[in-house]
Amino acid sequence: MKFKSVFDIIGPVMIGPSSSHTAGAARIGRVARDLFGRQPKWAKIHLYGSFAETYKGHSTDVAIVGGLLDYDTFDERIKTSFEEARKLGLEFEFIPETGHVEHPNTVKIVIGDERAEMSMMGISIGGGKIEITELNGFPLRLSGEHPAILVVHEDRSGCIANVANCLYKYDINIGHMEVSRKEKGRMALMVIEVDQNVDKEVLDELVELPNITQVTRIAD
Amino acid sequence: MEALFHNVKELVKRAEDEGKLISEIMIEQEMLLMDRSREDIMKQMDRNLTVMEEAVEKGLKGVHSVSGLTGGDAVLLQKYRETGKSLSGDLLLDAVSKAVATNEVNAAMGTICATPTAGSAGVVPGTLFAVKNKLNPTREQMIRYLFTSGAFGFVVANNASISGAAGGCQAEVGSAAAMAAAAIVEMAGGTPQQSSEAFAITMKNMLGLVCDPVAGLVEVPCVKRNAMGAANSVVAADMALAGVTSRIPCDEVISAMFEIGQSMPSALRETAKGGLAATPTGKWLESKIFGGAVVGSGK
Repeated sequence: MKFKSVFDIIGPVMIGPSSSHTAGAARIGRVARDLFGRQPKWAKIHLYGSFAETYKGHSTDVAIVGGLLDYDTFDERIKTSFEEARKLGLEFEFIPETGHVEHPNTVKIVIGDERAEMSMMGISIGGGKIEITELNGFPLRLSGEHPAILVVHEDRSGCIANVANCLYKYDINIGHMEVSRKEKGRMALMVIEVDQNVDKEVLDELVELPNITQVTRIAD
Repeated sequence: MEALFHNVKELVKRAEDEGKLISEIMIEQEMLLMDRSREDIMKQMDRNLTVMEEAVEKGLKGVHSVSGLTGGDAVLLQKYRETGKSLSGDLLLDAVSKAVATNEVNAAMGTICATPTAGSAGVVPGTLFAVKNKLNPTREQMIRYLFTSGAFGFVVANNASISGAAGGCQAEVGSAAAMAAAAIVEMAGGTPQQSSEAFAITMKNMLGLVCDPVAGLVEVPCVKRNAMGAANSVVAADMALAGVTSRIPCDEVISAMFEIGQSMPSALRETAKGGLAATPTGKWLESKIFGGAVVGSGK
């Protein structure tokens, strides 16, 4: 079941004109910002498939930039997000791509500032629902509909058990979890979808665990 | 967590067996699957209803899109309706004008509630606020109208598609119109089975509808297709309430819609490369709006 909630059907409340090309795009932009942890200084936005063909007409561009500025799908400032971004010192660039992608509405967002850089691939699957398919080269599935925790860690035994134990201590139920690594013993990523929003104290405790590099939360 | 229903047959059976409205089954499923309280869910739907109401009001005052392709038709329709000369009848024209109002607001980047998508956001509220004048529902009944629509939309979204890019306009406006028809029946006091008949009758008559937006914008022909979707749903609801049934069961109609969508060429699925978008005027409008020469099928 891809659509679980009635509000996936009757909703979202959003700025027009397209749920997949505007609302979904804004959500993808916002998840990128959440993952980055702060407002980036620059953004290179690669558009694929139908996004590349129709992004101007569907306001996909202003929606993604709005998302990068932390606007929700119904935030009226989406309409003027380009001006807002420039005011806040966010440089952005759109790059329509011709390469083949699996989903017609795909975007790769590369963002950064003087401290860090991040790349994220997202797809808009219809009705405003999105999936995040890749983060810094790690393939992943993240619906964006549930709160999620992303844990970057060293690939060592015990890491996953420690994180699971910590969540258990706070009575946080894991709905979906994926673990991936680039190379044995090197950097790895845990993607954990949970049923309720996670307090900061839990994140602070997680990051203190051995071999954990970074912990990010994506709120509902 | 297992859903209470996966198709229309199960939805109707559950409502009948338990003597409940379809909207009630949808509310109970939402509580179960999303682990939320009834109060919380009702509150959120109430907010969505308010957004729809505000969009209709805004559109009836007159809005215009940036491209200039759409806007102002809802005002024309309401003025014409007020003359009392309309041939199709007061309620029908009211539903049509309010559906248009919503989609004109959407095209103008106003605030709307996607039902099930933004391009098809006019049908459900358009019919709701027209039928409201006839049936005088309570606020709760209006909220239930959205849950009933949602229950049917849930089945379509999970078993077929509500995306124009995947299934053509039949998946968007077709689904919206069928969802609205089912909800009108419940509000008018029809049975769950009659809701499903109304849904099937509407969807059958929207089958094959392609998604061919001129210049890739959610304007032409989207706005007027919402108008006709609204008209379709009101008529189908009346047919079902009169006792007319669909020879092809609801779930099979939904499957047929999906099959048709799968076999549609991609030029007719929201790519703006076929149908009305590819007409000489469609291409001319595209170049006028976005500038540059338009050659062949490329851009």
